[in-house]
Amino acid sequence: MNWLLVAIVALTASAGDALQTLGMKVHGEIHDFRPRALGRAAARLLRSWHLGLSLLLLAISFGAFLILLSVADLSFAVPATAVEYVSTTLLARYLLGEKVNWRRWAGAGLVACGVLLLAL
Amino acid sequence: MSARRLRLKTRVLAVTVVTANVAGNFMLSLGLRHRAPAGFAAPLGWLEALASPWVLLGMTALALWMLSRLALLSWADLSWVVPVTASGYALTALLGRLLLGEQISPLRWAGILLITVGVLLVRTTAIRTTRPRRPSGAPR
Repeated sequence: MNWLLVAIVALTASAGDALQTLGMKVHGEIHDFRPRALGRAAARLLRSWHLGLSLLLLAISFGAFLILLSVADLSFAVPATAVEYVSTTLLARYLLGEKVNWRRWAGAGLVACGVLLLAL
Repeated sequence: MSARRLRLKTRVLAVTVVTANVAGNFMLSLGLRHRAPAGFAAPLGWLEALASPWVLLGMTALALWMLSRLALLSWADLSWVVPVTASGYALTALLGRLLLGEQISPLRWAGILLITVGVLLVRTTAIRTTRPRRPSGAPR
């Protein structure tokens, strides 16, 4: 039961992340951090379908995470959901076309292993 | 934008993302732990748990986490942001030890070490490897 919840949390979060990144890259880099400019950026972002769909996926992920927190310790729940680090790196490479060199793969792999050790 | 300013901006946003995430998860845990299964048997148990101050504070912190992460993703690679902000997992474990008295076994210390090395390794790679699609409103 706990691991099924972990799978749901990780898969929906990975897909949501990739979609969110795509939406932000289509919007363009945020330069201006003054409230009014951020508001304008938010208004534009809310009209793009990427962000809407990604928020739906992340909401499902967050809901599953809340349920997981209520049935398991924080020290299990938080580390275990980190299997998404591998799936997210794969999506970033093949869906978003980011250049993942060996140091980035090794780093992501080490992080995933570290997180698994934390979950034990 | 100069490379130096990009690095500084990235660092500030990354620290914000990690801090908000760790604080949010920690406060959610304070609000939710030990409520299951009795607390969640009835719908009222859910509402009561969600209205607790720690849960509300935790959700506010997680909202800040999501917004700062969005801003960071508007220029940084997803495959850079995801491993680097994973330092939050190591911090969460240390916070659990310091504030909740949770034990850290040698195996979990090894996990914290691996995460730290992984984060440092990814930090040596370029922040952005895709071309910007188009400039946003503000003049450069």
